[in-house]
Amino acid sequence: MAETLPMAGRAAAQVNKAGLSKNDYRGNPTTLCQGCGHNSISNQIIAACYEANVVPEKVVKFSGIGCSSKSPTYFLNRSFGFNSLHGRMPSLATGALFGDHHLKGLGISGDGDSASIGMGQFKHAMRRNVNMVYIVENNGVYGLTKGQFSATADKGLELKKQGVNMYLPVDICMEALASRATFVARLFAGNAKQTKEVLKAALAHNGIAVLDIISPCVTFNNLESSYYSYSFGKEKEGPLHDISFHQASEGPQSTITYVPPKPEIKLEADMIDGEIREVALHDGSTIILKALEKDYDPTSRFEAMRILEESAANNWLVTGLLYVAPKVASLTDVHNLVETPLNRLGEKDLRPARETIKTINDLMF
Amino acid sequence: MTQNRVVNDFSITVGTANGSGSSTANNTLLRALFKMGIPVSGKNLFPSNIQGLPTWYTIRVSGDGFTARREEQEIVVAMNPGSFMQDLESVMPGGAFFYPDDIKLTINRDDISVYPMPVKQLVRADTEIPSNLRDLVANMVYVGVLAQMIGIDQEKIEMALKFHFKNKERPVSMNMRMVAAGAEWAAANLTKSDPFILEPLDKTGGLIMTDGNTAAAIGAIYGGVQFAAWYPITPASSLAEALNEYLPQLRKTEDGKNTFAVIQAEDELAAIGMCVGAGWSGLRAITSTSGPGMSLMTEYAGLAYFAEVPIVIWDIQRMGPSTGLPTRTSQGDLSFVANMGHGDIESLILLPGSINECFEFGWQAFDIAERVQAPVYVLSDLDFGMNQWMTEPFEYPDAPMDRGKVLWEEDLDKIGANWGRYKDVDGDGIPYRTFPGNKHPLSAYFSRGTGHTPEARYSEEPDVWIANMARLKKKYQTAKGYLPKAVIDQVDDANFGMIAYGSTDPAIGEARLKLERDHNLKSNYLRLRAIPFTDEVRQFIEDHERVYVIDQTRDGQLKRLLTAEYPELATRLVAIAYNDGLPPTARWIRTAILEQEEK
Repeated sequence: MAETLPMAGRAAAQVNKAGLSKNDYRGNPTTLCQGCGHNSISNQIIAACYEANVVPEKVVKFSGIGCSSKSPTYFLNRSFGFNSLHGRMPSLATGALFGDHHLKGLGISGDGDSASIGMGQFKHAMRRNVNMVYIVENNGVYGLTKGQFSATADKGLELKKQGVNMYLPVDICMEALASRATFVARLFAGNAKQTKEVLKAALAHNGIAVLDIISPCVTFNNLESSYYSYSFGKEKEGPLHDISFHQASEGPQSTITYVPPKPEIKLEADMIDGEIREVALHDGSTIILKALEKDYDPTSRFEAMRILEESAANNWLVTGLLYVAPKVASLTDVHNLVETPLNRLGEKDLRPARETIKTINDLMF
Repeated sequence: MTQNRVVNDFSITVGTANGSGSSTANNTLLRALFKMGIPVSGKNLFPSNIQGLPTWYTIRVSGDGFTARREEQEIVVAMNPGSFMQDLESVMPGGAFFYPDDIKLTINRDDISVYPMPVKQLVRADTEIPSNLRDLVANMVYVGVLAQMIGIDQEKIEMALKFHFKNKERPVSMNMRMVAAGAEWAAANLTKSDPFILEPLDKTGGLIMTDGNTAAAIGAIYGGVQFAAWYPITPASSLAEALNEYLPQLRKTEDGKNTFAVIQAEDELAAIGMCVGAGWSGLRAITSTSGPGMSLMTEYAGLAYFAEVPIVIWDIQRMGPSTGLPTRTSQGDLSFVANMGHGDIESLILLPGSINECFEFGWQAFDIAERVQAPVYVLSDLDFGMNQWMTEPFEYPDAPMDRGKVLWEEDLDKIGANWGRYKDVDGDGIPYRTFPGNKHPLSAYFSRGTGHTPEARYSEEPDVWIANMARLKKKYQTAKGYLPKAVIDQVDDANFGMIAYGSTDPAIGEARLKLERDHNLKSNYLRLRAIPFTDEVRQFIEDHERVYVIDQTRDGQLKRLLTAEYPELATRLVAIAYNDGLPPTARWIRTAILEQEEK
């Protein structure tokens, strides 16, 4: 049954600084299950793009195959999109973003799509720093094929038809960090505000931004005991910081209104409560991180890996911006392209002049 | 000197160990002969190995201009102790055998001329050669000895070396000293007892010498290639490497910016994925690979067909199945590529039949791909791709670029909401497309490998599916009008016809001449240049009672495709198929046809 995604703040005639209303960011009705975490993510994409004044024609959507990969039709109908092959979205996005290097990629993948069949392409998109937001809607299970274990499922997880999972899980954020992604966050789909703020920052980041979003599958993997369930997330989520995103064009910074759920996690004793950190992105925008109980330095890959190790050892769901390196050249930057989008170049730019053919023939011995 | 001289009509084969640096010497020989005006062809018959295994380079000298490989070896230079006895065995009776005198194996033949060469001694005598380069320059000794014994102009050898070393003084002079030393020693110490001799001709003037992969890459550059992604594989790597070499020379803007991007991908899955992305976003995209890579690319090839994304895929065929013979040539991918992917797929295939056509199809492939909005496969092979060939100079494209049916902002202003990505507006099965970056609010659409309506929306409706597949079929028919026609060579009173494609062409040309000269068998010849088959192919088969269909496969793949296309004409078709990994010879074709004709 089709479910129309609810919109936050439905004021009909309201427009943002791009002159667009929320409607301009909508997509088709979702065909995923009611209550699917992926739907709330789609909603936050709409909200984030609207609030960040993103022009839909400047975004290109990509996906692989799976439940998550169906979702790009549920938002940004005015953006181009390509639902590609299972596990092969990164390569397609890599090539497509050369068409017009002023565009931003927005990829939606899942844990099966990225951590199993697509692990190779996932990691190579990281090391190339493709200019895209790479969302993994992570629920530890294959939904579209009806409930098999994915590579991120916990060892020991018991599912109805599958029995007990015998293998250790892949940690998407750890893989992204190891492959030198320049922006890595773990989020919980149930935490809408944080998801939205990190999305805005990710869209402004120059290079690849990996968002590993724990997104419960209400049909196949939502038992309380599962790391990927709503109840686990609601109980065990511990945001690293209160995060907000400040666009360069917005003028002076406004106060953060976001109040996170009370964290269950107790970090180490030497916490510095309330420390504010700011990370400036290439376009002049700023990510403001208010540490909740302990200062956390998101520019240290080592710190990011440490906190992931620690949370895995303690079965915590630590969320927030784990790592950002804002000054690394993106893939299209390093290719030294002409300013005009390549897909607008014509014959006179692309075919060498007639007189060059003689020079070339002379080179052929 | 013997009385019966054999002038400009023999083969020279050099046996060396792989990695011993003989390619400089062999290419130098080939180029020097070319510069003497004598038609030549060179084939590198090499192992899948970096160092140590036996490798051969065979040069055919032909005053008549034949360039196919020959099975007979008149002159053999045996530099490799490991293949020495085999090399000795391979010399034709009356032939000449050169070898380094430090190989102390017994020469058990008295029907050939034998010339030991003091290679090590001559190299050591040149004290200016650093010890680490001795083994490399040692190969130039046989070039010098041959120069003296069969008459190669040393000035032409120097020209070849200057080309090879890009005019760098030191390596040129060092190598030339070894050539001179070899020649001087031979003049003083050897007496010619074989009949093989070269005489300068004027038959190569105006021609260039290059390989098919370089020609393809340069053709692609003149075709405006904007994006290339590839993964290393023999025998295709040199195509992408040539793009890397020539793109910066030909396609940078005045302020040094790039109008192109080349990416070495993590595998062939990603290489083609990147190209499909680039093609979808409006770029002229190319990838190049060989059989194993084609297998990996199949998944994306199917998506490109169904989502209607133009890309150009060069398959430099090598011997399969599986890893097969990775350094040997074949035409074995044809049936696989003809329907590459699962489900109902028909591929557009270009079949270059010369090095010059590798250049030509290099640029034309993009026009066809963008016009038809489909993957275009170009089937070359190792023999074309990696060997040096004489060829006519490249000709500047004689037609403007055809970018196909593309809508930009101003076009959409006119059409408005009537636009649909897969609508067959013109009745030719080819729809209109838009590219990311188009700022018109109606420009965007959502591409997918799943069933879709003319407006590019998801659909599982049977009628929608049938209609879309029927349109794709219609588009394939339309495509025939954009493909290069077959080349037909007709004579009066032909006994039979021949159909073939690709690198068998030189051997077929020679076989036809000799069948007529020696057996009075005349033939018409259709050289196929594209698939789908165009009308002249049917006509050609209808015009002949017997048509020999020649390819380098075990199963006669081209004959099978023709049989499937023209079942009512199938009894006229006879497969001449053979596939041992070596470039085809005229003798093979001639013998196979004579056997059939005697039936």
